[in-house]
Amino acid sequence: MTSLSQSNSLRGRVRGGDNSPLSMAFLFLLWFSVFFAFVFLLTLIVTTWIDGAARLDLRMFTEFPSSAPEDAGARPAILGSLMVISVTALFTLPLGIAAGIHLEEFANRRNWFNRAIELNVQNLAAVPSIVYGLLTLGALTAMGVRDKNIVIAGAMALSLLILPVVIIVTRESLRAVPLEIREGSLALGATPLQTLFRQTLPSAVPGIATGSILALSRALGEAAPLLILGALVFVSFDPNGLFSGYTTLPIQIFNWTGRPQEEFHVLAAATSIVLLGLLLAMNSIAITIRNRFQQRW
Amino acid sequence: MSTPAGLPVRGNPSGLTSLNTKSRPAERAILGAFRIAAFLTVLITAAILIALAVPSISFFAQIPVVDFLFGTRWAPRFADASFGVLPLVTATAWTTAIALAVAVPFGLGAAIYLSEYAHPRARRVLKPILEVLAGIPTVVYGYFALIFVQTVVFREWLQLPTESFSVLAAGVVMGVMIIPTIASISEDAMSAVPVAMRQGSAALGANKMQTTIRVVFPAALSGIIAAVVLGVSRAIGETMIVAIAAGQQARIVGSPLEQGQTMTGFIANAALGDSRVGSLEYDTLYAVGLLLFAITLLMNWISIALVRRFREAY
Repeated sequence: MTSLSQSNSLRGRVRGGDNSPLSMAFLFLLWFSVFFAFVFLLTLIVTTWIDGAARLDLRMFTEFPSSAPEDAGARPAILGSLMVISVTALFTLPLGIAAGIHLEEFANRRNWFNRAIELNVQNLAAVPSIVYGLLTLGALTAMGVRDKNIVIAGAMALSLLILPVVIIVTRESLRAVPLEIREGSLALGATPLQTLFRQTLPSAVPGIATGSILALSRALGEAAPLLILGALVFVSFDPNGLFSGYTTLPIQIFNWTGRPQEEFHVLAAATSIVLLGLLLAMNSIAITIRNRFQQRW
Repeated sequence: MSTPAGLPVRGNPSGLTSLNTKSRPAERAILGAFRIAAFLTVLITAAILIALAVPSISFFAQIPVVDFLFGTRWAPRFADASFGVLPLVTATAWTTAIALAVAVPFGLGAAIYLSEYAHPRARRVLKPILEVLAGIPTVVYGYFALIFVQTVVFREWLQLPTESFSVLAAGVVMGVMIIPTIASISEDAMSAVPVAMRQGSAALGANKMQTTIRVVFPAALSGIIAAVVLGVSRAIGETMIVAIAAGQQARIVGSPLEQGQTMTGFIANAALGDSRVGSLEYDTLYAVGLLLFAITLLMNWISIALVRRFREAY
């Protein structure tokens, strides 16, 4: 721990004899970098709020999209987003967590095949989202599905997109659990699986939950793969099942941004606020879980 | 987590031998399920390759690869169709270069500040706020790029000679989106540089700035390059910002104020139209997708290899 306190004093602000103009200019540039990012973020939020606040009323949540901007709302988009994300979670979480457990707890890391899987997961995490759209489109075509704008297809594309993230998060959370916990459990006669389900996994759940919620919020904001699957259609009904047509908030924003009339841009901004609000709520839950339940060893 | 059904858990007489999973079929089944889940990720990669390759093969059976890669006219929907991908590539190159011109200096500046200068308490506050930039949906960035950056800032305030769309607006906003990616990985790399190296530098009389630039930065260079490469890969693959703000006309882009259609922008836009399965137009999507996938995959490999290097160094 001594090295840490030393590092803090060494990494502190510019002090003592280090007040040369060059050093101060350098520090100013660094400050400016952080400042620029924050100003940009603030501008984005404020302008979106100014553009959209006028239209952020009850109609947003109760009405269907319409060619008359004053009657239009994002009700099916909100319901569609919630539905697609729920199905995505059902697909991804079991698969991703199971794969993460295997790679972290049971796979022999000296085996070339397991290392290939690890590398592969890292690669998949950086594949552009639109490629997952193309993959899902191709797979559905091969299966002979004609109408690809259905909830389950969208959820499939988004699941593929965030699966690597969930796997990586699961592995990192499991890795943070000290080896002694596993050894203690095994020494007391628990089987490896009992150790996993009663010791290791419960300790890792907060980390997995936090990371998974963040991954799902990425899927919630994603539009490109759904666009490929033909989600940009006029939807004037609530999605009502796995095979129902749907639209989502990002798709609705894209649709309204692309129209020439000013009124639709206002709607796009208002819908963006709804989407950002939803993401903020999910992120708050994730951070709460992390702060409340995460164990420090 | 509950114990899976059917597992003998309590009062197991053969407690000492229970490490032997072979005697427990239920446990074997669960372990097998885990293994299959992990193996699925390989199947996904295989599926991506097949899904992209099959239509691409039928595309390249009709359009020679050389015409595709080096042709300068992209007009797949016209009567005298032409499939030179260079216009899309130049647009992607512009947006990516502009994004990097924004993201690399600001991202590195933020990383150096957070790693070397910021008080730990300031870092705990600043870092999550910076990460928010990475969490904003790209479609919201796209709206902002088109409605505010392009229309209000570039055209009204700065009176730039530009039309409704520009690769500049898309690139700048995309750059800000990538700042957290570059900042976060670079910061990890710089934090991994041993304190002893900073101390040694300070002991030799270097001030903090000299230490940062001449000791910490070079020592973390492979990690920093990895961050930049990953940033490039994200910029190339980003779809919604360019689909909204960069424009829809595929032509060679000569200046940042022009509009242009990127590779991802083309895929997104073509998907809006109704391209019949098996038609040349449908196959075109996949040929461009394959090119995109190949480029990003190459970038990822470089990035992963570089990150490994800096992790092993100390």
